[in-house]
Amino acid sequence: MSLAPAAHTPPAAVAHHDDAAASGIPNKKLFMWAFLASDCMFFGALISTHLIYRLHPPPGSPHPRDIFSIELTSFSTFILLMSSLLMAIAVNSIQKDQVRATRHNLLGTIFFGLIFLGCQVYEFRHFVHEKDLTLSNGIFGSTFYTLTGTHGCHVAIGVLWLILMYIRSFKPADPARPWLALAVAHFAIFLVAIIAGMAAVLGFVHAVEAHGLMGALVEFFNGNMVPFLVTLLALTGLAVFGRYTGPVDFGEPNAIDVESMGLYWHFVDIVWIVIFTAVYLMEYVP
Amino acid sequence: MDTTATPAPLPRPAAPPSPGYSPRAHPDYARTAERRPWFFTRPTAGTGLVSWLTTVDHKRIGILYGISALFFFLVGGVEALLIRIQLAVPNNTFLTHAAYNELFTMHATTMIFLAVMPLSTAAFNYIMPLQIGARDVAFPRLNGFAFWLFLAGAIVLNVGWFVRSGAPDVGWFGYAPLTSAAYSNQFRTDISTDLWIVGLQILGASSVIGSLNFIVTIINLRAPGMTMMRLPVFTWMTLITAFLIILSFPAITIALVELMMDRGFGANFFEVSNGGLPILWQHLFWIFGHPEVYILILPAMGIISEILPCFSRKPLFGYPIVVFSGACIGLLGFGVWSHHMFTTGMGTLATAAFSLATMAIAVPTGVKIFNWIGTLWGGHLMMRTPMMFALGFVWMFMIGGFSGIMHSAAPADSQQQDSYFVVAHFHYVLIGGSIFALLAGIHYWFPLVTGRLVDEFWGKLSFWVIFTGFNVTFFPMHFLGLNGMPRRTAVYDGNMGWNTPNFISTVGAFVLGIGIAIYFAALIRSYRKGPRVNRDPWDARTLEWSVASCPPPDYNFAVTPRVQARDAFWHEKRNTGHLPAHARQPAPAAEHAPGQTQTAHASHDVHGHGIHMPSQSWFPIVTALGILIGGLFMANHNYIGAIGGALLLFAGATLWAFEGPGGYHVFPEESNK
Ligand code: HEM
Ligand SMILES: [Cu+2]
Repeated sequence: MSLAPAAHTPPAAVAHHDDAAASGIPNKKLFMWAFLASDCMFFGALISTHLIYRLHPPPGSPHPRDIFSIELTSFSTFILLMSSLLMAIAVNSIQKDQVRATRHNLLGTIFFGLIFLGCQVYEFRHFVHEKDLTLSNGIFGSTFYTLTGTHGCHVAIGVLWLILMYIRSFKPADPARPWLALAVAHFAIFLVAIIAGMAAVLGFVHAVEAHGLMGALVEFFNGNMVPFLVTLLALTGLAVFGRYTGPVDFGEPNAIDVESMGLYWHFVDIVWIVIFTAVYLMEYVP
Repeated sequence: MDTTATPAPLPRPAAPPSPGYSPRAHPDYARTAERRPWFFTRPTAGTGLVSWLTTVDHKRIGILYGISALFFFLVGGVEALLIRIQLAVPNNTFLTHAAYNELFTMHATTMIFLAVMPLSTAAFNYIMPLQIGARDVAFPRLNGFAFWLFLAGAIVLNVGWFVRSGAPDVGWFGYAPLTSAAYSNQFRTDISTDLWIVGLQILGASSVIGSLNFIVTIINLRAPGMTMMRLPVFTWMTLITAFLIILSFPAITIALVELMMDRGFGANFFEVSNGGLPILWQHLFWIFGHPEVYILILPAMGIISEILPCFSRKPLFGYPIVVFSGACIGLLGFGVWSHHMFTTGMGTLATAAFSLATMAIAVPTGVKIFNWIGTLWGGHLMMRTPMMFALGFVWMFMIGGFSGIMHSAAPADSQQQDSYFVVAHFHYVLIGGSIFALLAGIHYWFPLVTGRLVDEFWGKLSFWVIFTGFNVTFFPMHFLGLNGMPRRTAVYDGNMGWNTPNFISTVGAFVLGIGIAIYFAALIRSYRKGPRVNRDPWDARTLEWSVASCPPPDYNFAVTPRVQARDAFWHEKRNTGHLPAHARQPAPAAEHAPGQTQTAHASHDVHGHGIHMPSQSWFPIVTALGILIGGLFMANHNYIGAIGGALLLFAGATLWAFEGPGGYHVFPEESNK
């Protein structure tokens, strides 16, 4: 046996390698479907746990309707659903080899995912501090935080994954060109954007709580100027770094990566719809 | 050697030069002008430690699984012998109660998760891709990751032996509230239960990742013509097992997450005083636990379904029925979990329903046994060691199945529950079943993996000693159980009438231990000086034996096999009198671009270019190391450390993603010139 060097042609020539599969479904997609089947059982067990305890509340359990602020949760649910739309567009763009559009929509998905997470952080803090619902002071708190927290972890993992995908879309096609420093810089800016963005979202939600929407708009620019501006600055930074600087390694042949990520994201969304219905909305059924 | 039963030998082509693991020069990236930082430099050595730490070859990963599993099998065996010494005589003081609890917990956990499952996984890894004519699994780096994750979980479970609070001691079923903070966590000084929780979580992740990989591999990487109803039975059972794993492990994952929240963060899932329901633990555990026992037995059934036809020189009797009954067992396996909970007072309706469902599951199991007997019927039996173990399997698995049906009747079970009768049952299915089949499989595939045959004399001797020792150990337990001896008790009184059977049982355990020792000695001896085989020593039926040499070359097949029938290799040999084309012909050479995916492409030779092989990578092991470190800190309730581990995990996974699949090409034909 001998080993011989392979000839080099541009990566585009090896598009759809995955599609040679016996079933006609690309490996990565099949993998994701199977994983999601597994994840269904995972959330199924968690949601069942919540429902079992909700149906058998120990004496003295709080009434969830006194705790939830359904307006906020409805808003964040809406945002999460919209993020699925952006994700779908991102998949569509990469399939047409429109890298820039893909980037923008990935960024949008990340941004919406972060708003959802921000609302969840706010909700948790609010429930703990104002409504006295903690993980340990009752069974409702235990199941509520574990279930919604696990879902939040899924969203957070999705956001990280999207960020990495976004950064990867800058890797140049020409392997001789340096890009690692740029990727690291990207990631750092992302971190700034996330932290400042979270602070801004939390501040805004607090302000709406305290002063109503109109008052908040005024108040908001009093109290949350800094995180808001930093977020804007960071996002501008991303846009500046994201200029077109030559062909990239990440294009239509990688559509399957984006697509399977999209499957994950939509799944997490669907799970949230189930959780939102089973945990929140059901409480409002007379 | 007993060759009387072998038909006229086939004309064999001249032996190709043994490729072994030749140096892997020329990964694509090493030759490009790309500026790669040091951590992206991929190892290329074909031999040595680094090559094993960074391997992505399914055969090597299979070997790693096999060796680790055999090691833990020995560990579990020693634990078992210590337990049996303690129980040899009444009122024994050989072990403390605490040590006894640790031993039976770790014995079961080790045998199930660190011995039988990974041994099956070893076979999935090594054999399955070869059986379907693939070059590797669908995601080779992920496959390596699953192995290192397995090792991480095994370490976490076992570090307890070396720390003050001791090894886990809560039973392999971890019943809450025994596992809750109040009973097994002396204010966070006792981490043994946490080690158990974290270790199992890691092992679960490893199994799920591995199984996802196998599912994609079997569905997508089959050679042309290999339809689902032409899949070898072992591959079918791999597929069903993989589905069982991905669908049942989430239940225990959730149970463990909830327990972890209780223990680490003061949640109340299983805190009775705060409204927690301990029975929830049992449901979640057994929704996993019952499918788990089929996860342990289905691969064994697959192995047996390969060996019996091969050594009976007949096709498997009723192939479709064997496959469908396997699927049936898989489905029904999800509907019978509460037969482990008959004595918890579920109510008559639930009890009756689960009783019926459990009896129903015996039907497809029995069907399989009839198929195996039908395969033997009128066959030309070659009584070689793998066959002996396979026949032992059929016989003893039947006994285990019978006692299973006995306690599917709820009234009977309320007598047998938690007695030695149950211990006898599950050892008949687990040792007489799973372990016997795996021992048979090791003998059967040993020549494929090592290029050498195991010595028949020592093999058969080990079989008889194991067979005798096993029955002497576990048969008396049926009577002990019916006489009321409870399981999980370290000390019994001398006047209960349990003395003699217990003593016999301990003697049997040592005979069994000696048998296992002989078995291993035979393996080691044969590995070093067993007779060499070039290929196909059993005149076998399935594609893994059609490779050009034993052990197979890195790329498995120079030309992807074309499959025309079930038992493709056998048919080709019988119909044409010579080896099939793919086993002889070299691949045509041509040029090809570096791959975008990490798949080893089964179809490349169709287009006439070399074989694309995935490059080795450091990141699977680095990422798993992050999980190991994080897991150990997590068990120690050191959340800062746990976050540190998570960061390493994240870094490893990121670099993994950016590293790209890499790859290089081999052109095997030049070696044959
Ligand atoms: C004919 C098929 C089978 C039937 C009807 C059956 C039935 C049962 C029942 C009803 C129990 C609960 C007994 C009790 O705890 O009171 C049980 C326990 C058990 N079975 Fe089976 N079984 C079958 C096959 C298997 C197989 C194939 C395996 C594993 C390879 C297995 C492994 C076990 C184990 C490990 C336990 C004990 C679990 C524990 O309490 O720790 N069984 N079986
Ligand atoms: Cu069971």
